[in-house]
Parts: sequence; structure tokens; C-alpha cells
Amino acid sequence: MKALGAVAATVLALALQTTLARFLSIGTFAVDLVLVVVVYVALSSGAVAGLLTGTFAGLIQDALTPGSGVIGIGGLAKTIVGFVAGVIGTQFIVAQPLPRFVVFFAATVVHAVIFIGLYVLLGLRTFGAPYTAQAGQAFGNAVVGVVAFQLAEFLPGAVERRRMTKGRIRR
Amino acid sequence: MALLDIRQRAGYLFVAVLLGHVILISAQVQSKSGVPLITGVTFGVFAEVQRATSAAVSRVRDSWSGYFALRSVRQENDALKRQLADAQIQLQEQRAIADRTRGLEKILDLQGRLELKTIAAEVIAAGETLDFRALTIDKGSRHGLKPDMAVIAPAGVVGRIVATSPGAAQVQLLTDVNAAAGALSERSRAQGIVVGAGDKGFLLDKVSEVADVAVGDVLLTSGIEGIFGIYPKGFTIGRVEKVTKKGSAYGEITVRPAVDFSSLEEVLVVLTPAPSGEAPKEIAH
Repeated sequence: MKALGAVAATVLALALQTTLARFLSIGTFAVDLVLVVVVYVALSSGAVAGLLTGTFAGLIQDALTPGSGVIGIGGLAKTIVGFVAGVIGTQFIVAQPLPRFVVFFAATVVHAVIFIGLYVLLGLRTFGAPYTAQAGQAFGNAVVGVVAFQLAEFLPGAVERRRMTKGRIRR
Repeated sequence: MALLDIRQRAGYLFVAVLLGHVILISAQVQSKSGVPLITGVTFGVFAEVQRATSAAVSRVRDSWSGYFALRSVRQENDALKRQLADAQIQLQEQRAIADRTRGLEKILDLQGRLELKTIAAEVIAAGETLDFRALTIDKGSRHGLKPDMAVIAPAGVVGRIVATSPGAAQVQLLTDVNAAAGALSERSRAQGIVVGAGDKGFLLDKVSEVADVAVGDVLLTSGIEGIFGIYPKGFTIGRVEKVTKKGSAYGEITVRPAVDFSSLEEVLVVLTPAPSGEAPKEIAH
């Protein structure tokens, strides 16, 4: 069930990322929804789920992104990030907004380092000095990720409370 | 334990997935030489495998040829040993033929230079006792040989014939204690009688006390008629090795023979005595 949810979330994030990309970048605050989903799944479901989701999402994102060049670099970066985030999620208590924010932020930075590093190492592309953009994306991902966690944790409880409240009124 | 297994499986999976990504990326990226990275890496890795395989195969082959194939090597070795033995025998035969040829050449050369009538003979036996030193040659009375004929070699005087048979003759060596020859010094012309002294070689006897004989003098046959005059004049007898004096007179004068009697193979027998007083210039010192 969790696997299906992860796949559905990944597909949805990919769809949104590839169709609404222009809306997901506001100034320096860009958001990588696919990466957010990968880290989210890793933190909530563990290292194996994180790395599988990262692989799946990264490869598809590489294939769908026009002019991405080499298929596999994004997949490799997201696989590592998903695995490491999953390990962190199982080794440490990451249940508060701030730790989650830090994890999302760090995951984005690590992802960028691997992604850009591989391209530069292989001499396939130059990126200049994308520190501001990456910092902005890390911040945006962290915000979206924390919000997503809060919503996911808040919504089921809110629905239950609402049901219970409606039942009392009918009686 | 179960947790460890899960972690291990996650680790293995992580490594496998990473490896898959690396391969996927390498398949699309070309190296600086233009060869796809995966091809280069695969080739490099496989080349090492090939190198290791080749080394292992080579080692096995060497072991096979070095140990297990020794049976054929042994047979081959035996055959080669036989061939080597045959070759060594042939070599010795050839060497003997060459030595004999050289000896015959010397004899023929000497024969050609002499004005004397000679006949070449081959030494077929040699023997010596304390009293008698002799050798046997393969020519006898049938070839015109008679007792008291002189026997010479390229190096000098050998001896005289003492007995003949139709096909062989016995030669008394000059080193025999009963042998003697008239001698004169090449340098001072001092005369004397050379007598055989066995292992010592010769002794020069009957030398006048006023004669001049010194160590190193070469002694030649004097060719004087008489009992000691059977040897043609001018042939080398030997070299004075030691001179002792008793007062003004000479004591013992030792002479080293010019001929190596132990290695004689061919000799010449002088059939006609040289004219008295005439020395064969070619061999006179």
C-alpha cells in the first residue's frame, strides 16, 4: 500500500514538475517536487523505500527533462539522497518541523553537489556558481517538505475530529 | 539480527543500484579518447582478467612442459646423448686423422728436404726397460731396412735399427744406455760422444778439457765414421742442460733430447748414409 502511495506521489510530482515548472520557480525560490517526494518517502518509509523511489523518480525525471544529457545522473543523485535520508530517518528522531526542514535542506544541497559534480567531473556541462539558486531551491524544498509533512499528519486527524463532531450533533 | 539483515540487504541494494547507475551513465559518456566510458572501463577490467587468465594458462603450460612432459624430454635427452657420444667419437677420429696428417706432412716435408734416401715408417709399438729403450716401426727388411740404419724425426735424431723382420723393425732409441752418437756443438764445434742415459736423456762424454761447452749449446750429429758414425751429420741431438767440472776437466754434461720420444708416431729411416762431412743444410742448425 505504501509502495503504491509512493509511486503515485512520485508520478504526481513528476507530472507537476514537468508541467508546472514555470510556476514552481519564483525568483530564487525554485522547488524540486520530485526530490521533495523522495525525501518524504525516505523519512516516512525508510532507506530501501527512499532509494527505490529516488531511483525510479530520478531516472524518469532524467528521461523527461529535455536536454538533460545523460540519463542516470539525476537518478544516481536522488538514489543516494533517498538512501541517506532514509538512514537518517531511521537512526534519528525526525518528527519535528525543524529537523525535517534541516533534512530537506541538506538533502537538496547533497543532491545538487552530486548532480552538478558529476556533470562537471565528466565534462558534460558547466554550471557557473549556482550557490544562490541552490540555496533558494534548498529553502523552497525544505518549506514544501515540512508543509507536506504537517498536512499529512494534520489532515487525517482533522477529518476524524470532524466526523466525531458531526455524530455528536446528530444525536 | 533481523535488523542487521534488513540493513545489510538495504546496503547491498544500495550498492547494486549505484552500480547500475554508474553503468548506465558510463554507457552514455565518452572518454577523452572517444571511446565510450563503459567500453573503456569494461575493456580495462576485462584486459586484467585476460592478463590473469593468460598468466594462469601460461603457468599451467609451463608446469606441463616442465614436469609432465619430461617423459618425452627424457627420451629426447637419451637420443641427444647418443648423438653427442657419436659426434664426440667422430670428432676424436677426425682429430686423430688431422694429427696424423700433420705428422705425415712434417715427415714428408723433411723427406723432401733431405738429400738422403729415406723411407717413412709408422711407430706401431714402443717399450722400454731400465736397460733397453726401443720402439717398433711398420717397415722391415722387405722395405730395404737393415740394422744400424739411422732413424730420424723432424725434431732430430731418434735412434738406430737394431733388428728387422720382413714387415717391421726394432729401433733402439738414443736414450738407451747402450746407444751413442758422435756429437758436436753447433756454437763452438766442440766434439764428444753422446750416450744414452735413460730418464736423464743423454750425457756428453769424451769432451776435451780445452773444448768449450756451455749450458744451452745445441748438439748436432757429427757424422764421423766409425761405430758412432751411423748418423748423418748435422741432425739435432739436443741441448746442453747442465755442465759440471772436475778441476780443469769436464765432469758430467747432461743433454736434453730434442725429440720427444713419448709422442713419436712417424719417423724416417735413412736408407743410405750421408756422405761423410756433408751436413744436410736444411736441418742443420
